[in-house]
Amino acid sequence: MSPKTLYDKIWDAHVAHEADDGTCLLYIDRHLVHEVTSPQAFEGLRMNGRSVRAPEKTIAVPDHNVPTTMGREDVTQMTEDSRIQVAALDTNAKEFGIHYYPMNDVRQGIVHIVGPEQGWTLPGMTVVCGDSHTATHGAFGALAHGIGTSEVEHVLATQTLIQKKSKNMKVEITGKLKPGVTAKDITLAVIGETGTAGGTGYVIEYCGEAIRDLSMEGRMTVCNMAIEGGARAGLIAPDETTYAYCKGRAHAPKGGAWEQAVEYWKTLFTDEGAHFDKVVTLKGEDIQPVVTWGTSPEDVLPITGVVPSPEDFEGGKVEAARRSLDYMGLTPGQKLTDIEIDTVFIGSCTNGRIEDFRAVAEVVKGKKIKDGMRAMIVPGSGLVRAQAEEEGLADIFREAGFEWRLAGCSMCLAMNPDQLSEGERCAATSNRNFEGRQGYKGRTHLVSPAMAAAAALTGKLTDIRELM
Amino acid sequence: MEKFEKLQGIAAPMPLVNIDTDMIIPKVFLKSIKRTGFGANLFDEMRFNRDGTEIPDFVLNKPQYRDAEILVAGDNFGCGSSREHAPWAIADFGIKCVVSTSFADIFFNNCFKNGILPVVLPQEQVDLLMKDAEKGANARMTVDLEAQEITTSDGDVIPFEVDAFKKHCLLNGLDDIGLTMEKADAIDTFEAQASAARPWA
Repeated sequence: MSPKTLYDKIWDAHVAHEADDGTCLLYIDRHLVHEVTSPQAFEGLRMNGRSVRAPEKTIAVPDHNVPTTMGREDVTQMTEDSRIQVAALDTNAKEFGIHYYPMNDVRQGIVHIVGPEQGWTLPGMTVVCGDSHTATHGAFGALAHGIGTSEVEHVLATQTLIQKKSKNMKVEITGKLKPGVTAKDITLAVIGETGTAGGTGYVIEYCGEAIRDLSMEGRMTVCNMAIEGGARAGLIAPDETTYAYCKGRAHAPKGGAWEQAVEYWKTLFTDEGAHFDKVVTLKGEDIQPVVTWGTSPEDVLPITGVVPSPEDFEGGKVEAARRSLDYMGLTPGQKLTDIEIDTVFIGSCTNGRIEDFRAVAEVVKGKKIKDGMRAMIVPGSGLVRAQAEEEGLADIFREAGFEWRLAGCSMCLAMNPDQLSEGERCAATSNRNFEGRQGYKGRTHLVSPAMAAAAALTGKLTDIRELM
Repeated sequence: MEKFEKLQGIAAPMPLVNIDTDMIIPKVFLKSIKRTGFGANLFDEMRFNRDGTEIPDFVLNKPQYRDAEILVAGDNFGCGSSREHAPWAIADFGIKCVVSTSFADIFFNNCFKNGILPVVLPQEQVDLLMKDAEKGANARMTVDLEAQEITTSDGDVIPFEVDAFKKHCLLNGLDDIGLTMEKADAIDTFEAQASAARPWA
């Protein structure tokens, strides 16, 4: 048998039907659902008299719209249309009999944090959700990607997706990371290297020593942004770190079934000599703490750099850079560490997990955020929040002057009350710096949690290594 | 779904690269639980001032492009989120075909579910179509899905590739859930085998 990549193996194990032209029906093991991209899909089922084929494999949680301020059981904290969307999910979950974590359940949170936390996401599975950051679940060696609402309806009705196979791409990060460099810096550095369309048509497998050394939280951060590099999905082969994370979770297998599962998971790796259509290699020790300067996640530079000039680019990117600089209010040649920040957002499906908050606590412990700074920390789930409280992190944040919020997507996409105002400039641990992403005319610089924490203290984009 | 066969229409040039889904339809408009009505807010922040007045420089606000049915765009069109509201807004505005050198994967798939044809062409040919589009309302292009050809206003014919299954669905306006449900036996068989091999899943 010819050697296979990890992607090949998971793909082959899920093809329920293949047509002569290679169009496949890919079987879906886990379907995650949130309130924004699902109402039209449930409505479609209703109009056609269809049911959910596998409600036991379908898990819903509201996250995009929900307020993250205390007392949110009071629905007047939501706008009328947000309230309707969340209420529609409540109703649809009940009517179609799918698993559901309502807004005030302690297990509620961002769908991509809840899935792994509850043990729904396991190695070798196919996982989809009407959300591009479904790529996150690839950290477990699961084939996971975002889908549109029509596809949500298709999966609800048939538990399959119509798919053609992507190509294989390997992203290897060799060696060790230097102090102050995190999973976020890896994933941004890769996008800086490949561009936002560099992964289009591919499924990426991340490998190499620096990836192996990451915790599950770090691996989720890396895979989360595979989509920002244009890839359909990102994958990391499961190993002992993965099994240890999964073991004992609510929906992970138990007893004999656990042993059987681990035995299978151990077959999930890329065979020696398997073919990759594209290979990108970065040296772990070359990666520096990075920051974005523009309005595309590929606009990445080491924090020690300066704002580029449009003339530094070629083709369509020249005009895009000019537009970005204008939008961001930056001048070519300006030192990145001279850029002043008025808002810090720490959270999101990219960096809203316990390890991210430990990194922040380490930087801000016993210190105060800059006067006038608006800084918020938004846990990815109610359980992350509870754990951070228990570990004393929440006290550190409050004492430093951060707002300590309830779980949700919050200012990552600002569909809820958490938004930037016009011209406000934010150091954010989220995943997109698009125009208007965090609020109309808001300006976003993507950074790691430690770098966001540093910016909160100094009021500027800051090289975390100088605070270490 | 509405069929896509042959389209003759005005093409609007949008040479900007990396036009993302937040530009196509900002998140404040994602709160509807319907599939319709998004066209009014297509490219909202590029198209309108905060007070709702039009930004005259924006291509779709120019008189010659207000009725555009084709968009010729820069690289990596539709990058970002999975929101199908993006193609819903495009279709609702009246645009039925988008041409670029590349599209983001999820957006590309979403187009086909909504009667929109995304066409991928090499840079030189996108450049040619961009020039043609820049001529304004008199430069009507023809997009023929059956023949897999775009004809410029000058009569240049540019062939394009499209996945055979997606083409079939678009030409016939087929609902692919119905098509998949015809294969329920294969899904049943697969499900039984998979649940024996991987009971934890």
